[in-house]
Amino acid sequence: MSRRIRVTFAKTGPLRYIGHLDLHKLWERAARRAGVSLAYSQGFHPQPKIQLASALPLGFSSRCEVADLWVEDEPNPGLQDELQAALPSGISIQSLQEVDERAPALQTQVTAAEFEVTLLDEVDTNALTRRLSALLEADSLPRERRGKAYDLRPLIESLSFSAAVSVEPVETPAPSLHLHLTARQGATGRPEEVLAELGIAVEDARIERTKLIFV
Amino acid sequence: MLTPTQIEQKLDRVLLKVSKPGRYVGGEVNATAKDWGKTPMRVALAFPDVYDIGISNVGLQILYDQVNDRPDALAERVYAPWVDMEAVMREEGIPLYSLESLHPIRDFDILGFTLPYETLFTNALSMLDLAGIPVRAAERTMAHPLVIAGGHSTMNPEPMHAFIDAFAIGEGEEVIHDIVEVVKQFKSQQPETARREDLLRELVKIPGVYIPSLYRVEYLDDGTVAEVSPLVTEAPKKVIKRLVAKLPPPPTKFIVPNIEAVHNRVSVEIMRGCTRGCRFCQAGMIVRPVRERPVAEVVAAAEAAVKATGAEELALLSLSSSDYTNILELVTAVGEKFSGQHLSVSLPSLRIESVSIDLMEKIKGRRTGGFTLAPEAASERMRRIINKFIPDEDIINTAREIYARGWVTLKLYFMIGHPSETLEDVQAIADLCKRVLHEGRKVAGNRIKLNVGVSTFIPKPHTPFQWVACDTPEKIRAKQVLLRHEMRDKNIKLTLTSIEDSLLEAWLTRGDRNIAEVIYSAWKSGAKFDAWNDQHHFDAWYAAFNEHGLDPEFYTYRQRRTDEIFPWDHISSAVRKEFLFQDFRQSLEGQIRVDCREHCFACGILPTFTSVRRENPGEHWKCPEVKSPARKQVEALPVL
Repeated sequence: MSRRIRVTFAKTGPLRYIGHLDLHKLWERAARRAGVSLAYSQGFHPQPKIQLASALPLGFSSRCEVADLWVEDEPNPGLQDELQAALPSGISIQSLQEVDERAPALQTQVTAAEFEVTLLDEVDTNALTRRLSALLEADSLPRERRGKAYDLRPLIESLSFSAAVSVEPVETPAPSLHLHLTARQGATGRPEEVLAELGIAVEDARIERTKLIFV
Repeated sequence: MLTPTQIEQKLDRVLLKVSKPGRYVGGEVNATAKDWGKTPMRVALAFPDVYDIGISNVGLQILYDQVNDRPDALAERVYAPWVDMEAVMREEGIPLYSLESLHPIRDFDILGFTLPYETLFTNALSMLDLAGIPVRAAERTMAHPLVIAGGHSTMNPEPMHAFIDAFAIGEGEEVIHDIVEVVKQFKSQQPETARREDLLRELVKIPGVYIPSLYRVEYLDDGTVAEVSPLVTEAPKKVIKRLVAKLPPPPTKFIVPNIEAVHNRVSVEIMRGCTRGCRFCQAGMIVRPVRERPVAEVVAAAEAAVKATGAEELALLSLSSSDYTNILELVTAVGEKFSGQHLSVSLPSLRIESVSIDLMEKIKGRRTGGFTLAPEAASERMRRIINKFIPDEDIINTAREIYARGWVTLKLYFMIGHPSETLEDVQAIADLCKRVLHEGRKVAGNRIKLNVGVSTFIPKPHTPFQWVACDTPEKIRAKQVLLRHEMRDKNIKLTLTSIEDSLLEAWLTRGDRNIAEVIYSAWKSGAKFDAWNDQHHFDAWYAAFNEHGLDPEFYTYRQRRTDEIFPWDHISSAVRKEFLFQDFRQSLEGQIRVDCREHCFACGILPTFTSVRRENPGEHWKCPEVKSPARKQVEALPVL
């Protein structure tokens, strides 16, 4: 009987540019380096049992990613340190705990996510505030993504703007946006879509996922 | 030049515009970032293809470890930015930088290119240019890194002579230290006024280092080489390749890519060189002699590599696995060591015999991935010509056994375009494949698959076939049409190499110094990533030949004179030209040479490296003991 370990971790630095599938592989290899035996699926092509709560778009950093790893052995108290030592420097484990093996799939439990968007260029605060209000007041925001029409508005739960928040360790205050978007399967609000609606190019912003909200 | 911080800031703004940005950020497990400020010698190691391909290159990893193991030096890596990234870098003014510390490549002391194959040449030019280093060696000053290159394609360095300051001929493990040492001494002792030529004249004293600017080439009226002569007394007339007498411990701390690579595996080289003497094979000629690593060392390295990387695949590398002396013992040990660990082990280049199937069964828990065999030719005449003689019955029996023991897919590799090959010889390939399929169906039913890969033979320098003409595109086309027509079975998947792909390799591999100008012009007109099927720039290449008044066919479809001086004759693999020519003559007569572990054919390795072998005597060097003529005379004396 395998055990299910839930890991909460930050993803920063160069690891921001590592995608979802590659992150699966990264955990698989880190576990092997740490000498942790992962449980594998049955069948002709056994795969290690790893679940990631929610795909993080390329280029985003995160303080709050969650992964479930199924391991063969009872987790020892040093497991977090052992795993951390085997991880590349852009992944840091914040907490690790054993959860019920039969709990529902992690991906189905996410309902929303919060993001902090740091704007790298100077912005016209008034203009941005006006656009923000207009966006929030709209009944619908029809958009198209990968050829599919959808409404962005219901996916935005809240949206706010701070003109001058001091971002450590940078001394100069950088303007930032705070986004609270739904993240249900099939109904995921994407920060870059909100930025596009506000007329901000994604490369002119640094986006960090700050919170994943579960059922 | 920008600082690493400035480069990082610029990258942050542009990386989301390019495909696979993970190629350009480093941050991998086992990448070594030493203290830049406190390390006097800085070496940038470049693989001129995209990250996803270059990251799996073992040669670069070996050099990386060799340099980083020195307290006085650091090595960092750089790969060719893909077309989209190159455009962004040029637009944003981002110079080529290293992945470990984001330092501009121009700030390094040495820039070393690994050039395993010729289609990387144009990318090396792109990388120099992106680094802000003059593409032409003659235009560089002491302010620029020393640009060196090595790898199999540099056994004929002349096509790249205008762009590389120094070539390291042969195996790199030791010579890289000699080069670092000379550059370090030179930089610490010489005044600011020191000239680049002075450094090059120091470097040329290192055995195995070829400095093209210190040689003059003269040509005959027919365009072939008349003479190559050193311009300075320090430069040797012949540059003999370097080799290590005993294979040093293999790398185990492989850099683990964070993105999908072409080969997601760690490799342990079990043996270097091959004694089979296949006449088409350049590696078999230039990587002599055979040296093996002991079983215990391979197993320990494999274990260490898997532990250090967490890799899911392990490859045991050599040119011919079945010839490794204790292969059964090795495979048994590896199989036992890793069973139940979800690790797949690959063992390439197995001989066509049922023992190979036993080996594969021992090493692989399950029959995934297919079973690969390389008969190379299918008619008896061709097999004699190329010196890879495997009777049809051996192939059929082995194939039948593979299917019977549960493998669904068999892959067979052949080549067309061997010297004097006719359509009948090509027909034999199709006939053999059909027989294999027929026999396979008898034992395993209709679900079996046969993948047939047929590539086009290109004559390579330093081989017995260096004299022969390439098959013309018309002939190759006719042979490919025949194969396609004959192998229309839904269970056969036939893969052919494109005629154009072979052409570029053919021009470059036996090129002379004039080809350098062709490379330069083609690159200027946009040729790059020439190894990629979607990046063909043939118009640029033809225009470049035209611009310089050169005929591409001179390099490809021309049978060389028996007394011709080749552009690479002053570079020695230690295998004598006379030996190669004798082997070529034997090929024309259909004579086979057996495995040279059994019988020494005096290729030239032993006399050239007598002292090297004496330094490291023992079992790992697999040349048979031969009595030297001198000793025979001594023994004969008492009788007289």
